[in-house]
Amino acid sequence: MLNAEKIKKEFPILSKGLIYLDNAATTQKPYQVINSMKDYYENYNANVHRGVYRIAVEATEKYEEAHRVIAKFINALPNEVIFTKNTTEAINLVAYSLGMKLKKGDEVVISLMEHHSNFVPWQQICKLTNAVLRIIPIDENGNLKDFEKHINKNTKIVSITHASNVLGTINPVKEIIKKAHEVNAIAIIDGAQSVPHFDVDVKDLDCDFLAFSGHKMLGPMGIGVLYGKQEILKEMKPFIYGGDMIKEVNINDTKFNEIPWKFEAGTPNVSGAIGLIEAVNYLKRLEMNNVFSHTQQLIKYFLETSSEITNLKAYGPKEKNGLVSFKLGRLHPHDMSAFLDELNIAIRGGHMCAQPLVNFLGEAAVARASFYVYNTKEDVDKLVKGLKKVKGVFKV
Amino acid sequence: MDIHMENILDHWRNPRNSGIMKDADIIFSDSNPLCGDEIKMQLKVKNNNIKEVKFLGRGCSISQAAADLLSDYVKDKNLNDIKNIKNEEMIKMLGIEIGPVRIKCALLGLFALKKGIYLKEGIKMEDSNLNGQITN
Ligand SMILES: Cc1ncc(COP(=O)(O)O)c(C=O)c1O
Repeated sequence: MLNAEKIKKEFPILSKGLIYLDNAATTQKPYQVINSMKDYYENYNANVHRGVYRIAVEATEKYEEAHRVIAKFINALPNEVIFTKNTTEAINLVAYSLGMKLKKGDEVVISLMEHHSNFVPWQQICKLTNAVLRIIPIDENGNLKDFEKHINKNTKIVSITHASNVLGTINPVKEIIKKAHEVNAIAIIDGAQSVPHFDVDVKDLDCDFLAFSGHKMLGPMGIGVLYGKQEILKEMKPFIYGGDMIKEVNINDTKFNEIPWKFEAGTPNVSGAIGLIEAVNYLKRLEMNNVFSHTQQLIKYFLETSSEITNLKAYGPKEKNGLVSFKLGRLHPHDMSAFLDELNIAIRGGHMCAQPLVNFLGEAAVARASFYVYNTKEDVDKLVKGLKKVKGVFKV
Repeated sequence: MDIHMENILDHWRNPRNSGIMKDADIIFSDSNPLCGDEIKMQLKVKNNNIKEVKFLGRGCSISQAAADLLSDYVKDKNLNDIKNIKNEEMIKMLGIEIGPVRIKCALLGLFALKKGIYLKEGIKMEDSNLNGQITN
């Protein structure tokens, strides 16, 4: 296991006894990330790609370095990395740019376990274009059911989450991508819950797009990533127009800048990109395989120690990525999490922005504990103790 | 544990007024999509007074206990008086501090009740019309 005790000390917010177990929503930030952003604002804050004075050059270099660091982290080329606000914006970029070309009869394939951010854009684009939205169902174990059956010669886009934020399921995306390519469909992967937890190699996966959020992997809020294969990006239309994304503007027409800049219109989130460099460096120092096995052990430990709590029901497949969703009798997750909050334990309760999935589970809301590099077995002990208390008080 | 919280849990575990009402004069269901709380208020009315109240619902302890407490509170009350119940009165019945996140849970039953009464008069009420009453 990672030395989480020591790692915790590098996260200022965790120095006051907070047991933070809502990491699938957003992770906390180490001082390295916080300080790098402070350093930018205190010492070289300037707009990028514009000025010729020193701090403008320094800011520009750092912003471009961020593209290189992220590219290397996922085995892409720097010009294949587009900075967005978050996963949601990254998916919308593709949905608007490529999705709007869909025609009646074309098909888009997603799954029942998508986060709303990979569900609603496609649902709405399909309404606008009269394309058909196909939803891969899931089985009772929380795995995708017969995905091949839903991909056919009419399929133009397949957009699937790599790992579920409710069930923890890791989907066989490599096979799904292969199947999508067999019918010449574009394959998009929602990596919001995978990139923070294990090595994701876009060349190995052969996905056409990968979207993820900096804030779920120790980075700041407001910076996300869209990876796209360069040959596709070059042909793609921009999604947002304005400054920075142009090469030349005339009264009648505009020549767009090269990739990735043609997709990054307007002043970007430079401090966010700088913070993200440090977040990635932090994870690289820990090594992603250690990150993965650390949370694996915490999950295992939680499932073991909570098994004596009768009426506690965990959802999802046996193998889970980073989190466990559960219910305790008829207790509403909001009651549970409000009670645990009194004990300084933060867990999530609700529909997790995956309403179609949670409804499929027969619930309106579930509780979720999600782990990361600074969580210790002691944190899990406290959670389990807290759950026993909740059970006693509510008598469920 | 705080006695008010104890009281809420008691109403949540053993609601006094929950059940199905046959031949109700007013029925209104409302839900809180964010947390999935659901309340259905059922009333029997005579001469503009509430004769009987029952609710059906599922959700968190606050939403369910509030509906139960409210059902007791409005029995024999005049429909017009119910329309004037202030949101603060509901919170007072619960007796605990309700933060901004749980306020919707606390008021779900009251809103369902008021919406049902207004609808009977042909007026469609939205949360936003009733929310304004928080500061009344
Ligand atoms: C699987 C998955 N996809 C997408 C998102 C959306 O991420 P963001 O809110 O950063 O755009 C999340 C975050 O909750 C997620 O868990």
